[in-house]
Amino acid sequence: MHEMSLAEGVLQVIEDAAQRDHFSKVTAVWLEIGQLSGVESQAMAFCFDAVTRGSVAEGARLEIVATPGVGWCMACAKSVPMKEVFGECPDCGGYQLQVTGGTELRVKELEVA
Amino acid sequence: MCVTCGCGEGEVKIDGVAGHAHEHGHDHSHAQGDLHSHAPGVGQTRMVQIEQDVLAKNNAYAQANRDKLAERGVFALNLVSSPGSGKTTLLCKTIDLLGSTSVAVIEGDQQTSQDADRICATGAPAIQINTGKGCHLDAHMVGHALQQLPLADGALLMIENVGNLVCPAAFDLGEAHKVVILSVTEGEDKPIKYPDMFRAASLMLLNKVDLLPHLTYDVDAAIAFARRVNPAIRVIQVSATSGQGMDEWLTYLRAGMARTAAARQQTVAVLKARVAALEAQLQQAKA
Repeated sequence: MHEMSLAEGVLQVIEDAAQRDHFSKVTAVWLEIGQLSGVESQAMAFCFDAVTRGSVAEGARLEIVATPGVGWCMACAKSVPMKEVFGECPDCGGYQLQVTGGTELRVKELEVA
Repeated sequence: MCVTCGCGEGEVKIDGVAGHAHEHGHDHSHAQGDLHSHAPGVGQTRMVQIEQDVLAKNNAYAQANRDKLAERGVFALNLVSSPGSGKTTLLCKTIDLLGSTSVAVIEGDQQTSQDADRICATGAPAIQINTGKGCHLDAHMVGHALQQLPLADGALLMIENVGNLVCPAAFDLGEAHKVVILSVTEGEDKPIKYPDMFRAASLMLLNKVDLLPHLTYDVDAAIAFARRVNPAIRVIQVSATSGQGMDEWLTYLRAGMARTAAARQQTVAVLKARVAALEAQLQQAKA
């Protein structure tokens, strides 16, 4: 979803960091994308290339770090892995799940020159 | 999807006015040309730890909006749905019933001021944000709209988002709650097709229920799908046309407004008590 505006958000984070930490070239970006964040990695990679053109991050390698989805099953009273936001509990098969992890969209670190 | 539409800046208009030819209450940089100087020949590289949320900027604007709304005791809702779910009709009816003096509206659409015009006809203040190519409202746009919108203390603010069940889910605008509107002329399985939106909302309005006799729509299935994605979601069945369920919806709104106004009064009372205590302290010091 809306990967283009999110990619612009990624670039904004990078440009803010460039100003703060005084670097003028980014060669690699580690981006954490949660499995339940609703962000498509492929679409993000495509948009990242498009929005970074002419910026400090032009041509930078995008390393996507996928984090697994985790939910709290109210019936089982424990954390269980989740593949989708509407997924069921792998143990009891119920849908009483609250998402507790895997919704991240974070710029983790940059390799800069 | 936005991958093709762009969602870029540059075409956003607030009440028909483009760009930033208006007051800025906060700082942000629009152009960063000075950063675009490339180092000739890349030498040694180093790592920079960032650990920053991509939506952090939007979330900061959202928090500023939320603080501003709390100061005024305004209960704000972000109305989200697919296009054609009946949001604007439901809004007009709600304004009729609540009274136009206690409601203000921010309308989001890609183009035209059709919706804001419909709201203005009810007598309530409304401001139109045109997102241009953008597929959702963000907190920055709403912050600017709030600067221009006449908003009474203790009012209800309805933000009608761009008709889109995907993108608006991720963008906090500073609202108290997201309200998702699903009409019975859509599929029962919308909640599991677009789970992010139904998970982000705390209330689902099942709209156009007056049409149920003419349709083969399974209300229970739709609600079950919504609860599968969001076990805590509340559901109200409404029809702006027949008036069915409007009482329950208005009760929900009045309760939210009362809660927000009470929180503001409490804040004011605490501040007054502090001022009184400081004044007493000052008198003591003078004596």
